[in-house]
Amino acid sequence: MTSVLQHPGYDEEKLRRVTEQTPCREAQTGLLLSLMGQPQQYSYPSIFVYGHRASGKSHVMHVLLKELELPHATISCVECVSKALLFEKMLLSLFGCEAASLLPRTPSLSDFVRVYRHQCLDSPATQTRYIVMEKAELLRDADVNLLPALLRLQELVDDNLTVILLSEITWDKFRPNTGCYEPLVLHFPDYSKGDLQQILSRDSHPSYSADFYSSYINILLGVFYSVCRDLRELHHLAALNFSKFCEPLAEGKVKESDTHKLWRNIEPHLKKAMQTVYLREVSSLQWEQMQQMEEKEAGALRGLSAHTHVELPYYSKFLLIAAYLASYNPARTDKRFFLKHHGKIKKTNFLKKNEKTSNHLLGPKPFPLDRLLAVFYSVVDSRVAPSASIFSQISSLVTLQLLTQVSHDDQLDAPKYKCAVSLDFISAISRTVNFDIVKYLYDFL
Amino acid sequence: MSTSSVSKGCFVFKPTAKKRRSLTLEDYFTDGCEDAENSDVRFQLCQHLWDRMKTDTEVLQDELNRNVLDSLLDLTRKCSSTRQHSDWASKMRASEIPTAALVLGVNVPDHDMTFQSLSELLQQSVTPYVASVQAKECGTLKHLMKRVLERLTGAVVVLDDEEEEEEAEQLHKSTHCSLGTLCDWYDAKTKKSSTGTPGKKRTSPTKDEQQQPPVVIIFKDLEAFNPRVLQNFILICSLYVQRLPLMFIFGIATSPSTVQHMLPHSVSSLLCIQLFQSLSCTQHLATVIDKLILTHHFPFKLSGKVMQVLISIFLYHDFSVRNFIKGIQLALLEHFHSQPLSVLCCKKKEARRNLMQLSHANLERVRKLPSFKRYVEKQEQQEQVNLLQDDGHLKEACQKLMKDLHKYHKNYYPVLRCLHTLASTLPRYPLGKQIRELHLICLEKNVWENEDYQSAMKLLKMLAKDELITLLQRCAENLQTVKSKKMNAAFVQLEELLAKFKQLDTAAAAVETVPTVVESITSPVKNLQKKTDLFQLQKTLLEMNESLRSKKRSPFEVLRNEALEFIDALVRSHLSPPESQTLNEVCYFSSSATVRRHLNATPRTSIQAALSSPYYYIQNDNLKTEDGSVSSAAPDICIAYKLHLECGRLINLYDWLEAYATVVSAAEGKDQESDEFGKVDEVKHARFIRAVSELEFLGFIKSTKQKTDHVARLTWGGC
Repeated sequence: MTSVLQHPGYDEEKLRRVTEQTPCREAQTGLLLSLMGQPQQYSYPSIFVYGHRASGKSHVMHVLLKELELPHATISCVECVSKALLFEKMLLSLFGCEAASLLPRTPSLSDFVRVYRHQCLDSPATQTRYIVMEKAELLRDADVNLLPALLRLQELVDDNLTVILLSEITWDKFRPNTGCYEPLVLHFPDYSKGDLQQILSRDSHPSYSADFYSSYINILLGVFYSVCRDLRELHHLAALNFSKFCEPLAEGKVKESDTHKLWRNIEPHLKKAMQTVYLREVSSLQWEQMQQMEEKEAGALRGLSAHTHVELPYYSKFLLIAAYLASYNPARTDKRFFLKHHGKIKKTNFLKKNEKTSNHLLGPKPFPLDRLLAVFYSVVDSRVAPSASIFSQISSLVTLQLLTQVSHDDQLDAPKYKCAVSLDFISAISRTVNFDIVKYLYDFL
Repeated sequence: MSTSSVSKGCFVFKPTAKKRRSLTLEDYFTDGCEDAENSDVRFQLCQHLWDRMKTDTEVLQDELNRNVLDSLLDLTRKCSSTRQHSDWASKMRASEIPTAALVLGVNVPDHDMTFQSLSELLQQSVTPYVASVQAKECGTLKHLMKRVLERLTGAVVVLDDEEEEEEAEQLHKSTHCSLGTLCDWYDAKTKKSSTGTPGKKRTSPTKDEQQQPPVVIIFKDLEAFNPRVLQNFILICSLYVQRLPLMFIFGIATSPSTVQHMLPHSVSSLLCIQLFQSLSCTQHLATVIDKLILTHHFPFKLSGKVMQVLISIFLYHDFSVRNFIKGIQLALLEHFHSQPLSVLCCKKKEARRNLMQLSHANLERVRKLPSFKRYVEKQEQQEQVNLLQDDGHLKEACQKLMKDLHKYHKNYYPVLRCLHTLASTLPRYPLGKQIRELHLICLEKNVWENEDYQSAMKLLKMLAKDELITLLQRCAENLQTVKSKKMNAAFVQLEELLAKFKQLDTAAAAVETVPTVVESITSPVKNLQKKTDLFQLQKTLLEMNESLRSKKRSPFEVLRNEALEFIDALVRSHLSPPESQTLNEVCYFSSSATVRRHLNATPRTSIQAALSSPYYYIQNDNLKTEDGSVSSAAPDICIAYKLHLECGRLINLYDWLEAYATVVSAAEGKDQESDEFGKVDEVKHARFIRAVSELEFLGFIKSTKQKTDHVARLTWGGC
C-alpha cells in the first residue's frame, strides 16, 4: 500500500479514508489536494479534469469532497436540459431550497450571479465551495456565454468558489472562439493492467477468499485485457462469469488452490462471453439463464442482431425494393432495367469516370418520390391503383427507419428519400416475393 | 350571414345563441337511409350486433396477447423483487436498468390496443406507476421528461421556455422537470403507502415485496424516437437507478437489432435487455376471421368479393387487424343502412317477429330479390301465384326459407373446417394453406367443380392409414361441436367409419395375407419382354396398373374410398355457395365497390374522374357527353385539363390559351363565322389563367425554365 496522503488543514483520519477508497489514483488525488489547498484558502478558479471513460474522475472527486466534508455541488450536464435547471441545482446544493426558489422562472446568468451574491452575504464562505460539472463536453452546446462564465465564476460572484469540469475529451476541443479564462488542466491516465487487477479484486465474493477471487480476476484479465480496458465493462464481466468459475468448486471436483484446472474450465466460457456479452448482444439476464441451461441448448439463444427478419405487407416490400434500386442505381440506367426494348447497352458504354467505383461502397443516394413510384410500378407485377394507402406506406416505411427522408419535412413538393437497408436485408425481402434483385442492380451487371 | 367578399378572407361564424339539438347516432343512420319506416329497428339490430362483435374481438385480443403480457409482467415482478435482494451478484448488477424489448411487427395501428391492455394489466397487478410515451410528443429531451413526469405524477409540469399565464408561475416552483423531483415524489409516495392504512389499498398477499413497486416507462414506438434524446434520457435514468426502481419497455416494430442501431455501446451497456416476441399479425388475423366470420353466431355475412377486398387490403397494404375489423364494421353499417330487408338479419326468433311485421312494400322487395325469383320459378304454378300475390302466404314461405338459411349456415362452417383439416395437410396446398382461402373458394362457386378440389381428392385417396385416421378424427371433433341434426348424423357416420378402420387393424392381424394376384401380373410381364415399341410399352404398363388397382384393392383401400366419398357427399350437400341459397341477400353484404371506395381511397383517380367527366360529380344534364369528350359548357378547369392532355411534355401557353378561347366561345353560342369567335378577351384570359393555376396546384403541370412561355406536364398518357 502506498503512503497515506498528507496535507495540512485536513483531518488525518479523513485523509486515510480517502486514500483507501481511491486505489491507484494516489498521484491524482494528491495533486488535486494540493491545488485545493487548505479549506479556508482560496483555490484556483477552475480546474479541468479529463481522461477516458472509467478512469476514476468522478469517483475521485466524489470521494474527496464527501470524505473531507467540503461544501460542494455535483451536477451532471446531461441532466440539465436547461440553464434554469443547472442554476437551480447549484443553488440548491450550496445554499438550500430557499435560495433556489429566489430564481426567476427563466433565469439568465446574471440572475444567478445576483442570487448567489445575495446568498453569500447571509452565509459567507468559510471554506472553499466546489461545483463539479460532470460530462462537461455538453456545455459546449449550451449558450456561448455559459462556459466562459463558469470558468471565472469565482471572480463574478466574488466568493471562495472553484468550478471543476470533468470530461472525456481534451481542453483543446473546448476553447471557445472568443477566448476565455484558461483553467488548470489535469489528466487522469488509464489504469494499467496491474491497477485493474488491484481494483477489481477489491469487491470479492463474501463466501470465497480474497486470493481466490483475485486469481479469478487474473484469468479474466488475461482473456479480456487485449480487447477491453474499460473498468466498468470488466467489472460487469467479472460479476457475470464468477458463478461459472465457482461451479467445479461447488461440485467438489477441485480445490480453491488448483488454479490450472479452474482456468481450463472457465477459459472457453470466457471466450464465448467475449463474442456475445461484451457486445451486449445478449443481456446479462439472458446470459445467466444460458449458463443454467445445458451446453447444447445454449446455442438456441440468439443475440439481438440475429433477429433481422421483418414481416412487411406485400406492396411495402415492393416499395422498399424500388427504393433500394433507386438508391443504388444511377438514374440514367433506369431505362436499361425497366424498359422492354432498351437495346443492347454494354456497361462500359455508359460508365462515367466516377461511377467506376461500386455504388454499394458509396452508399445510398437520394431519389425523388416520382422516381420511386416509377420504379415501383415497373417492378410490381400486377396493376396497382395509385391509392392513398400506397403513399401512406411510404411514410410508414420512413417511421420504421427503413427509408429516410432526405429533404426537409416541410417540402411537400417532390420529397426526396434514401433507402436505409442493407443488401442482405433487401435480398431476403425480395426472395419472399420471388424477385431477383441482383439482376436489377447496376453494380452486379 | 354573407360571405361574399371582394378579396379572399376568413369569416368567423360565432355560434348562434340557440343551441342546435345535437344529432344522435341514430339520426345519422336514418338520414338518407333506404326505406325509413323500419330504420330504427335496423339501427338497433346493427348496434347490437356490432357491440357483440366488438366485445368478442376484445376478448380475443386479450387472449392472444396474454402469453406475451404475462411474461412481461413476470419480468417486472422479478425486477422489483431482485432489487430488494442484497446478494453479491445482484449488487454487482444493480446499475443496469431492466428493459423489455417487445417486438410487435409492422402493423403499427394495432399496437395501441396492446399497449393499452399492457399498461392496464401492469397497473392492476404490479405497479401503479406506469407511463407510456410516444415519439411524436417527445421531440426533445425536455418534452420527453415532461411527459414522463406528467404521466407518472399526474401533475402539471411547466416547461421553462413556454410562455404561459400567471398561474403557472406558482406551479413552477413545486414541479420542475427533472428526475430528481420524480425521485422525491416517489420516495414520498412509497413512504406514505407503507405507513398509511392498508385498508384502502389492495390487500394482496404480495404486499410486502410491493414496498417498492417499479416505475415502468413504455416507449411505444422506439424507431420513431430521436436517438439522441433517447440516449440522453437513458443516461440520466441510469444516474438515478439506485434511488428509483426504473424499468423500460421498448415497443419495436421492425427487428430487435434497431436497438443496436439507435443506441451506442456506452448507452446500451446500461440496459439489461430482454426480448419478447408477440404473435404475428397473420396469425392474429386468422383467429379473428375464425371467431368473427367462420361462425354461425353472427347472422351478418360478407360475400366473397367483400372478403377479398378486406383481405387484400390487409395483406397488400397495412397488415393491420384493427383496420380489418373496422372494414367489417363499415360493411355491417352499410348493409343495415342500404338493405331494408336487413331487419331479418338477426337471431331466429327476432327474425320471425320482424318478418311478421314486414310491410307490403318490403314484401314486394322480397319478391324482387333475384334469389327469391329463382326460387319461385322452381315452384308449381299455383304456388307461384300464391307467393306472388298473397302476402300472408309469402310470410309463411319466408319463415321457412329463413329457417333453411340458418340451417345452411349451421352446417356450412363445420363441413368447411372438416374439408380444411383434410386439405391443409396435402403437399402444395391445392385448396389453400389458410382456411380463409378455402372459404373464399367456397363462396365463389361450387367447390366440387373446382379443379383444385379434384386434385385434392385424388391426393387424399393416396393417404396412408394412420394419417387418414388422425385427420378423420379431427374432422369428427369438428362435427361434434355443432348441435344440428345433420351434423350429428354425419358425426355418427364418421365414427362408424373410424370404428371400421380400427376393426381393420385387428382383422388384418387375424387373417393371413391372402394369396396375392401375383400370378396374373406375371403373364403380362412376360408379354412385355417381347415388345420394344415405346408407345406399346406405356400402354401395357398403364393397363397393368389399372388391372392391379382394380384387383388388388385391400380392405383398407375400399374403406378409404368409402370415407372419402362420405366426405365428398358432405361437401356437395353443405358447401354450396351462398348465392344459391334463397334470401341470401338478407344476410350477405356484397357491395365490394363501396368497401373499396371507402377503405382504399384513390385520390388521383377521383380527381381525374372529376376533371375528365364532370357530370359524374356535378350531375348537371348539360354536362352529359359521350365518353371521351368534354362538353364545352364544362367548368374551365375541365376544359383546360382536356386540352392539356392533347399536348406533349412541354405545353405552349399561348396555343393552349387559343384553344381554350375557341372552346369557350363555342359554349357561349357565338357564331362560328364572326370575327369575335375565338377572340381572347380579358375575361377569358383571366379564366384561363385561373384554370391553369388550379391545374398547377393539383400537380398536373409545373412551370419550367427550359423554354419561355411553356409549362411542363407532370403526368403521362392522355390522347
